[in-house]
Amino acid sequence: MATGDLCTVERRGRVHLITLTGAGEHRLNPALLSAIRSAVAASAGAGALVLAAEGKYFSNGFDQAWARTVPLHLQAAMGDAFCGLVADLLALPMPTVAAVTGHAVAAGCVFALAHDTVVMRGSRGFLYMSEVDAGIRIIDFFAELFREVVPDAVNRRDLLLRGDRMAAAEAVRRGLVDAAVDGGVEDVVNAAVAEAEKLAARGWNGEVVAEIRKAAWPNLWSKVKDYGADAPVVTRPRL
Amino acid sequence: MCTLEQRGRVFVLTLTGDGEHRLGHPLIASLRSAVASVAAAAASAGPGTALVTVAEGRFFSNGLDIGWAGTSRPRLQELVDALRPLAADLLALPMPTVAAVTGHASAGGFLLALCHDYRVMRADRGVLYMSEIDIGLPLPPYFVAMFRAKITAANALRDVLLRGRKLRAAEAKEMGIVDAVCPGPAETAAEAIKLAEQLAARKWDGGVYASIRMSIFPEACKSVGIVEESDEEKRKHFASRL
Repeated sequence: MATGDLCTVERRGRVHLITLTGAGEHRLNPALLSAIRSAVAASAGAGALVLAAEGKYFSNGFDQAWARTVPLHLQAAMGDAFCGLVADLLALPMPTVAAVTGHAVAAGCVFALAHDTVVMRGSRGFLYMSEVDAGIRIIDFFAELFREVVPDAVNRRDLLLRGDRMAAAEAVRRGLVDAAVDGGVEDVVNAAVAEAEKLAARGWNGEVVAEIRKAAWPNLWSKVKDYGADAPVVTRPRL
Repeated sequence: MCTLEQRGRVFVLTLTGDGEHRLGHPLIASLRSAVASVAAAAASAGPGTALVTVAEGRFFSNGLDIGWAGTSRPRLQELVDALRPLAADLLALPMPTVAAVTGHASAGGFLLALCHDYRVMRADRGVLYMSEIDIGLPLPPYFVAMFRAKITAANALRDVLLRGRKLRAAEAKEMGIVDAVCPGPAETAAEAIKLAEQLAARKWDGGVYASIRMSIFPEACKSVGIVEESDEEKRKHFASRL
């Protein structure tokens, strides 16, 4: 089952595996965000979710080239859609695993860290919050995610204020990701799926998983919950 | 009381003389004036500057001038209130900041060091020490907010605030409070300046840098009176950069 040509979904045992397809940068534009959110919604009934990518990049962040071509309110819609994706992940009734198969930059890094477990390719790829280098301010829910998910002040400073590019070994040492996996993209995916299968085997009640997760990151949840798939529909003013 | 010089892209603020660099009204006012000059100079210098704060003598700073305050609670509160905007000035400074902890940094002096983004400290002598518990003084709320924001390693906050632990540079580094340790004061100052030069060379936009700093430590910034920008304002900045 595929969701267009932007990402594929497959079941491996109890694991719902979503793969961002192609050798490109997997820039988070509205089309890809919509495809991913549909793929996430299609996970119903699975025991765990894995999100992976093909090629050199996990995701290189927002699609700024696209954003340059559209008016402000559509740019905002891209940010809102990503916020919604994070809300969907936080509310997902199953454990989530990010298979960081390549570079995870800016919103791409936030996307990876929004998963319960993060495994990362050992030999290439880094986490990089490029905003300070690009001269872009960190928006509130990004900062909130880092405050809750990266509680160590030195790690937050080095990632956000110094724009460190962190490869897997350092990310593991600092406690930012859970494991570094040797080999290629497929090896990372297999390791992530194996980890997800282990989590699914715990037989946790999905609703409870979601409630505990939202309670563990309450400030982040409160910032994103109105954008999620299950949020009550609010008529936003047209600009 | 303090001098300010510019060495290339790095501003060097020096607490002068051999004394304890007690934060009384005169020194606080001098420091605020110097920091304001740095902020103004940064505006004209453009992206790619940094600040190093260093001290002469055996002390970085031994804290608020409690000698001047004596037994007067109102006087002590005056000093607490006077230091707060200096903390705000540093947290809002549109460039990376490095404290060269070249001697003891205690109480308000420790706070002053923590108001910087990075700390380089001498190994041979000098400690970081929150003396308040030992001398029986409660902590001003903004002090607590700063320590809670920046000291997050397990048990570190408890050890520093609640046990009055005196930290040598190596221990402070292990606790994530100090970033680099150097043999003596000259090396510490040199390393701090070198780090500042490396940070300045990244040519970060100062306004963006300060904004990101505030988004990492919002409670500390709020506690010293800085108002964080709204997302709306940030989005406008983002759009204007495309």
